[in-house]
Amino acid sequence: MGLFVLWPLVSSAKLSLEKSSGFGPTTFVGLGNYRAVFGDSVFRGDLEHTVVYALVVTPTTVALALLFAVMLNRRMHGRGFFRAALFMPAVLSLGVMSIAWSFLLDPTIGLLPHWFSPLGLSFGQGQANPKIAFAYVSVVGIWKNLGFYMVMYLAGLGTIPQELYEASWVDGASPWRQFRSITWPLLSNTSAFVFIMATIASVQAFDQIFTMTRGGPFFSTETLSYLIYRTGFQNFDFGYASAVGWVLTILVFAISMAQQVFFRRREVTY
Amino acid sequence: MVASVPVRRRQAKESLGGRILLYATITFAAFVVLLPVLWMLGASVRPEGNILSHPGYLIPTHFTFQNFRDVWTAIPFAHEFQNTVVFAGSVTALSLLFDSMTAYALAQLDFPGKKVFFIMVLLFLMIPPQITLVPIYQLVAKLGLINTYPGLIIPRATNAFGIFFLRQFFIGIPSDLSQAARIDGASEWRIYWSIILPLARPAMLTLGLFHFMYNWNDLLWPLVITTDEKMATLPAGLAQFSGTHVVQYGLLMAGATMAMLPMLAAFLVIQRKFIQGIATTGLK
Repeated sequence: MGLFVLWPLVSSAKLSLEKSSGFGPTTFVGLGNYRAVFGDSVFRGDLEHTVVYALVVTPTTVALALLFAVMLNRRMHGRGFFRAALFMPAVLSLGVMSIAWSFLLDPTIGLLPHWFSPLGLSFGQGQANPKIAFAYVSVVGIWKNLGFYMVMYLAGLGTIPQELYEASWVDGASPWRQFRSITWPLLSNTSAFVFIMATIASVQAFDQIFTMTRGGPFFSTETLSYLIYRTGFQNFDFGYASAVGWVLTILVFAISMAQQVFFRRREVTY
Repeated sequence: MVASVPVRRRQAKESLGGRILLYATITFAAFVVLLPVLWMLGASVRPEGNILSHPGYLIPTHFTFQNFRDVWTAIPFAHEFQNTVVFAGSVTALSLLFDSMTAYALAQLDFPGKKVFFIMVLLFLMIPPQITLVPIYQLVAKLGLINTYPGLIIPRATNAFGIFFLRQFFIGIPSDLSQAARIDGASEWRIYWSIILPLARPAMLTLGLFHFMYNWNDLLWPLVITTDEKMATLPAGLAQFSGTHVVQYGLLMAGATMAMLPMLAAFLVIQRKFIQGIATTGLK
């Protein structure tokens, strides 16, 4: 009986081990793939895009999530509606919703360029411009996950004893002071979790890039995830794609470890 | 009740300007977040020419349901819809079963190598899916399962996140319960099925929703495993369509709206429970 219950775990463990060693079984090339990867200027560009994307998108998403969680943690009218509205992108398909975003932002037929043009704001060539395209995929990435992390923060805020706020209010602390001295430090467990989740998610960005830009123009929005897809499943160069996969894995591990060390020092227990 | 009094007093002191700013910010944010959803709903019922000639309109001035009729023939929409339901549905059901069985073993049973297994689960939790994508694809291809339901579903039938999530919940169930049942002669299967699972309903519901949401919306995996348009899931089918054809926007938006509606409806129905579920289960 115990064996039957165990079976899925064993098989998934075994499968995963087989997977991880499945580097092009045809011929052994040693580190050849890695040499090819690191010698490739497209890969170096993609690595840079992935890191820049993560560095921009992760803190922005988390900061906005925290801001709205604090706002929506108080009594106010329509609180349920606002929470649901901000959370909604989390249940929608990023791949499908990116189609709507790219039309909204289209320089000729898009709603936003049309609304903004009287204000003298131009969207230029839109996604044809590498810088703007990168900004677009970043904004859509933030849009997707913001509400999800907000809910995590709301859960965290719910665990902070209300008496602390009352006491500090009696002492005349300003809202900013309350945030600095009570909310932020007591949320550090939640922040640790949210930051790691958000970083892992942004390092693996793929969906909106596939739908909106296909990595272009001139590879300017291509991330490592997209590179794996393109080399592995369009060019069928599995060895190369796997090598990129390992670089991505090491990147994720390194970031997770660094963050764990950073947040462990700040862990709160009451 | 007592605790709420000081809160109210604090808010009463808050300035009117502060409250206006708060509501303005939140309303603006909600509007921006909902904008693509609103635009998509609007565009799906607008005639094609109207979308192109009046880009600044969010609310349609001309209504038509032609797009919803045409999308069925323009792309294999019925197939794709069915594929998505089968894929997301079976993955959710199988995954809940296997995840919970494994989690039960890890939380309530003793067996050699348990610690090692658990550490492995934790490790798998951190491995990005992209690294296993190529080997799994090769495996699925070798088994001749590309473009088939089993090929789509089986590699997804259990996952580390689900095992970890449920294990954290099962650990909190007192082992006295299963001990007592064991003394009464209940089999492990019976303990798992009749005692543990009913107690774990909230966690199972939350995890089930996670799995369903994730797989319904997933793009990369179905994109890789299905090459035939007729086997694609909705996100993959629509995303492919938007990139390779001269796009009819209204049509695409009608398809996207229909792809979104089941999730939107499910979300609106279970919204409150879901957000609570995330807040109260082991996700902290």
